[in-house]
Amino acid sequence: MATMTLIQAITDALASEMRLNDDIVVLGEDVGRNGGVFRATDGLQTEFGEDRVMDTPLCESGIIGAAVGMALYGLRPVPEIQFLDFIYPAFDQIVSEVAKMRYRSGGQYTTPMVIRTPYGGGIKGGHYHSQSTEVYFTHTAGLKVVIPSTPYDAKGLLLSCLRQDDPVLFLEPKAIYRKAKGEVPEEDYTVPLGEAAVRREGSDITLVCWGAMLPVCMEAAKRADDDGISCEVIDLRTLVPLDETTLLESVKKTGRMIVVHEAQRTSGFGGELIAIVAEKALEYLEAPVKRVTGFDTPFPYTLEDVYMPDPDRVLRAILETSRYVS
Amino acid sequence: MSEALGIEREQGLHLWRQMLRVRRMEEASAELYTKSKIRGFLHLYIGQEAGGVGVLEQLEPGDAVVATYREHGHALLRGISARSIMAEMFGKQAGCSRGRGGSMHLFDAAARFYGGNAIVGGHLPLAVGLGLADRLQGRKQITCCFFGEGAVAEGEFHESLNLARLWRLPVLFVCENNLYAMGTALARSEAQVDLCRKAASYDLHAQAVDGMDVLAVAAAARACVDRVRSGEPVFLEVKTYRFRPHSMFDPELYRDREEVERWKERDPLVTFPERLEQAGLLEPGDRERLEAEVASEVADAVAFAEAAEFEPVSDLCRFVYAEGAPE
Ligand SMILES: Cc1ncc(C[n+]2csc(CCOP(=O)(O)OP(=O)(O)O)c2C)c(N)n1
Ligand SMILES: [Mg+2]
Repeated sequence: MATMTLIQAITDALASEMRLNDDIVVLGEDVGRNGGVFRATDGLQTEFGEDRVMDTPLCESGIIGAAVGMALYGLRPVPEIQFLDFIYPAFDQIVSEVAKMRYRSGGQYTTPMVIRTPYGGGIKGGHYHSQSTEVYFTHTAGLKVVIPSTPYDAKGLLLSCLRQDDPVLFLEPKAIYRKAKGEVPEEDYTVPLGEAAVRREGSDITLVCWGAMLPVCMEAAKRADDDGISCEVIDLRTLVPLDETTLLESVKKTGRMIVVHEAQRTSGFGGELIAIVAEKALEYLEAPVKRVTGFDTPFPYTLEDVYMPDPDRVLRAILETSRYVS
Repeated sequence: MSEALGIEREQGLHLWRQMLRVRRMEEASAELYTKSKIRGFLHLYIGQEAGGVGVLEQLEPGDAVVATYREHGHALLRGISARSIMAEMFGKQAGCSRGRGGSMHLFDAAARFYGGNAIVGGHLPLAVGLGLADRLQGRKQITCCFFGEGAVAEGEFHESLNLARLWRLPVLFVCENNLYAMGTALARSEAQVDLCRKAASYDLHAQAVDGMDVLAVAAAARACVDRVRSGEPVFLEVKTYRFRPHSMFDPELYRDREEVERWKERDPLVTFPERLEQAGLLEPGDRERLEAEVASEVADAVAFAEAAEFEPVSDLCRFVYAEGAPE
């Protein structure tokens, strides 16, 4: 096994699957010659040539639209959008074409593609290089939404995405692109979609998170231990399809739940998770659920550290939740 | 008055000074970035100064300017103070966008400066709207919209040029063609690399100019601005080159050193003073005086930015909705 960063694991997954499957075509702005702004596609054009790793002009709608056509007729496009913040020119293609093709053609056509894009804060990028807007896409039936948080999962999930037939938005937590390091097998393996990972077992409180919020929750959980509070940390890994079972089992065990996400609070995915718990496990709850999230503002420039959930904020929520007696 | 250049001494010195102000402010920003005083992304205008100066000199005070994330120079040239620009880049409250925007989002309502826009192509329709508002409300102002040649590939370019021409709007589209969009050369992104031909297909006047020659840009821009003021959109392509990386991190795998060096021979901050000199418009000590004036303006701006305050946490939720609106 090799030790890799999260971004290296992504490059590795792309390269290894491209060796196995000639139908995979990577396309996007500066993905070829330059190897991508974050270097996720570094070396791919050299190995696979310009027809399989295509530099495109600045035209997100065109990139995704072209991927629709390619996917409809035999290819497995892997379009990259440089930052999630730049995906909106392609929003129409994604929600109107990509997501609905199977349904509206009565199952005759599919658009298997993996749209890769870095998301989230933590790099002082300001308004348009930081946002975490996964719910625009989870709110669109027909799309899968996958968010790895470790190098092992990044490769395993990406391989799974490339081997199934539905369109996927693959969101890469850029804040931990290089901070997240770990063992990644060289041999073939996959991490199935729709299975959450219990990153830490605990009995008092369930922390639910994904992407770059995993290390934040792990740190908070570690500190909570010192106060004698045992936290279970669930990393969803895929928001759609969602592993409700793991979530509900954990909440039934602990009776307390905190959701942590970078996105703003209102209409964030936390609301959805809490609704599921309210529908299916309300009677197990021993304390009100809590959300530690971004604020209902555009992504701030200098106040980024205030906006982003950090271990202190999560720990505070843990203490409040654990102290609650009904 | 120089017959050869067609300008007075004062005018020559003014154009030089304007370019120098931008150059020195940008150099200071680059240095402050390495000291982490400016964070995030920083896109420098170094090499392209003659374009901004030549065009913006032709505008009247009430005209609007809409620019990209490579807009520090445009902001300065529109009369926004170096102090408030520098403070903005630091993210300080004294900045022209109250520290909210940073380098890529300079705004100033008094100057009618509408950003600082970081979504490539996103601001072109906005310029169309400003032009439409002017026309519908009977104002004589114009809107000047800057963008890189990379934006030409985005859908908004097509929509905007069509609307502007269809509705005969007073918008000057200034495409600053520096040959690269991040790492992608023009020929690798456009089937039609003659951008004027492309723009002209919308049935509007389109012309190109040597963007390393401030006098040529000024003359072309003057003619374009006159046309726009008479009530029609115009496309002006400024052929230029950026000397620095796209942003602060950029391995520059897409161009070779020699190409950069060749363009540097045409550096307007070298060639223009030489031309002034040859035309006999300079006096001994001009350079030293100009450099000293500009250096002190920049130093003052940096000191101002250093001393200014960051936004307090209590302001985090301000300016999301109208003040005083129900929560
Ligand atoms: C919609 C969108 N897509 C991608 C980007 C990332 N990006 C920022 S600048 C840039 C290159 C733009 O080149 P150009 O328009 O020529 O302007 P220049 O930087 O050369 O001044 C790219 C790809 C973005 N900001 N917005
Ligand atoms: Mg360019």
